[in-house]
Amino acid sequence: MITELFSTTVLIGILASGIRLATPYLYAAIGETFSQKSGVLNLGVEGQMLLGCFAAFYVAFTTGNLWLGVLAAMIVGAVMGLAMAFVTVNLHAQQGISGIGFYLFGLGMSDLLFQRLMGTVETVKGFQKIYIPGLSDIPGIGEILFNQNILVYGAYLLVPIAWFVLNKTTLGLKIRAVGENPDAADSLGVSVAQVRYFTIILGGTLSGVAGASLSIALLNVFQQNMTSGLGFIAVALVYFGAWKPVGVLGGALLFSMVNSLQLWIQVLGIPVPSDIAVMMPYVLTILVLVATVSRVRAPSALTKPFERDE
Amino acid sequence: MRSRLSTLFDALLPVLATLAALAVGAVMLLFLKVNPIEAYAALLNGAFGSFNSFAETLVKATPLLLVALGICISFRGDVINIGGEGQMIVGAILATWVGLTFTDYPGWLITTVALLAGFLGGAVWGGIPGILKAYFNVNEILSTVMMNAIAVQLMNFLLRGPMIDPAQADVASKIPQTARLLDIFQLPRLAPTRLHMGALIAVGLAVLVYILLWRTTLGYRIRAVGQNPHASRYAGIKVPRYMVMALLLSGAFAGLAGAIQVYGVNYRMITDGSASGFTGSAGFNGIVAALFGQLHPIWSIPASILFGALLVGANSMQRIVQVPSALITVLNGLVVVFVVSSEIWRRRRQRRRLAAAPEEEPSPKPDQTEVQKKEEAQP
Repeated sequence: MITELFSTTVLIGILASGIRLATPYLYAAIGETFSQKSGVLNLGVEGQMLLGCFAAFYVAFTTGNLWLGVLAAMIVGAVMGLAMAFVTVNLHAQQGISGIGFYLFGLGMSDLLFQRLMGTVETVKGFQKIYIPGLSDIPGIGEILFNQNILVYGAYLLVPIAWFVLNKTTLGLKIRAVGENPDAADSLGVSVAQVRYFTIILGGTLSGVAGASLSIALLNVFQQNMTSGLGFIAVALVYFGAWKPVGVLGGALLFSMVNSLQLWIQVLGIPVPSDIAVMMPYVLTILVLVATVSRVRAPSALTKPFERDE
Repeated sequence: MRSRLSTLFDALLPVLATLAALAVGAVMLLFLKVNPIEAYAALLNGAFGSFNSFAETLVKATPLLLVALGICISFRGDVINIGGEGQMIVGAILATWVGLTFTDYPGWLITTVALLAGFLGGAVWGGIPGILKAYFNVNEILSTVMMNAIAVQLMNFLLRGPMIDPAQADVASKIPQTARLLDIFQLPRLAPTRLHMGALIAVGLAVLVYILLWRTTLGYRIRAVGQNPHASRYAGIKVPRYMVMALLLSGAFAGLAGAIQVYGVNYRMITDGSASGFTGSAGFNGIVAALFGQLHPIWSIPASILFGALLVGANSMQRIVQVPSALITVLNGLVVVFVVSSEIWRRRRQRRRLAAAPEEEPSPKPDQTEVQKKEEAQP
């Protein structure tokens, strides 16, 4: 049975679903990269994703319009981001703990709305694979890279965009300055609060899309707590990726590939206890954090509220 | 007089935060077309309406209090332990294993050993992220969350495989649960309700944690490291060691909570595949209770009872006005957000007080000389 794992079709299957499964990690982790770069640890990602998941699914299910679903998820994520920004920027609340508060809020709220508005698990016809003439027909590679749906492509497109914005634009410079040395940025006339509001809301919006990608592009259902820790992993991926979009991409792929492998191991019935297989990505995260974190430096002002010295 | 008033105000902040959360909850209920007064009345009645329901509230409060005690220790050491869920599970696994393996010994002995095993299991599960933070600079929030996920899978694996109830191993249903503990190992009931001795243990430990934090060198150093790691290092405190201790102890109390759930309530472990299926999210809700209790072990007692009441009341609210009990998770989240947000007023007033009366004893920030004095008092 182990040999089956190495047949071409299975390998292609593992890689193709690995590429696909990286989608929610990418949206959420790239969004989190922005907020952490500006000095804010948003631990509420999981809650934002869950609400995004539900909003996207519910709107898509009732209106039949998938894009409206994505929009709903973005709005929900942005509103939660706005609340998070107010609490951490204006009220200087401890970021880690308030993030847990937002997580509990999203967890409970998505469950509550699901039970009140739907009650039963339904399915929706989510975003379909896009056929790209020529590219999709390339044997192997076509199946892996060019046979995915639009939200998957969007996630990968986000990586170079984030890199460009963070490194090549004035906005990116401001974000990095606010995260590294808010006092200096402030004295140069950059509004620390404005920049942080922007990044936290952007992070929330992208977390919402991450949720939408789960419920209307990848799994096409909504269930209580369906993210099951994915949002927390996305936060870990930012550390993993050393606060660089490309690093985040690497981490997301590593994670999703291990996940995909684990799923295929179960599908093929290879006698590895599935619980142990599911455990592996988490063990991997801890090991990778140990290996990388001590080598790279976090943004200096991460988790520190900014207050002007009077 | 003014300072006494403001102390009172500080103590009331979490209460105000909770009232605010309940108010937001009421608005949400209105949107769901439910009469909030009816819903909250059902909740109150469910939690305190009868002797039985109050006992049930205390049963739910017990794991919250134990987790909260651990949170008091770790948060005061400025170490954020989000791993209560996993620590509870691992503590419960170890305690259950003790009870199922050593069946030929007196009940009181095995129960004691099992609870200690739970304490130990939680300590290990909290100690690992502690070591990772102190010596490898790994963010403890992330590592404790990962340790939660690992613990869940460990539980699922053990309960489906090596530790499965022999009666389930042979039948088709294969419910993932362990065998039931012998009656003699179970924690005694306190009244003709489900209330068990674990509640008393938890209250006793709250006093002990108070003593630990304010009357021992260990507690003093944990708090000093939490308030000012640089000054602490300068004063000769080995900062990494006390970070590990804070997380380790925090995990230990959560582990004990898990063990007590098994020996006092369920008498076996059973999994629905998720962490909350076993813990009832006490690992998270304990954080809420501790924050509400201002990270003070004694204040955590009423705080835990309050949140235990919310959990019990939620069930009757669900029955009577058909509001999903998930509302309580929403409210808990709001309480956390509101409590940490309201801290700003406390800090502001503290600063104003200092500015107004500089000769007054400053806030309990361990300035260096104080730390040194204490350190010198130690052999």
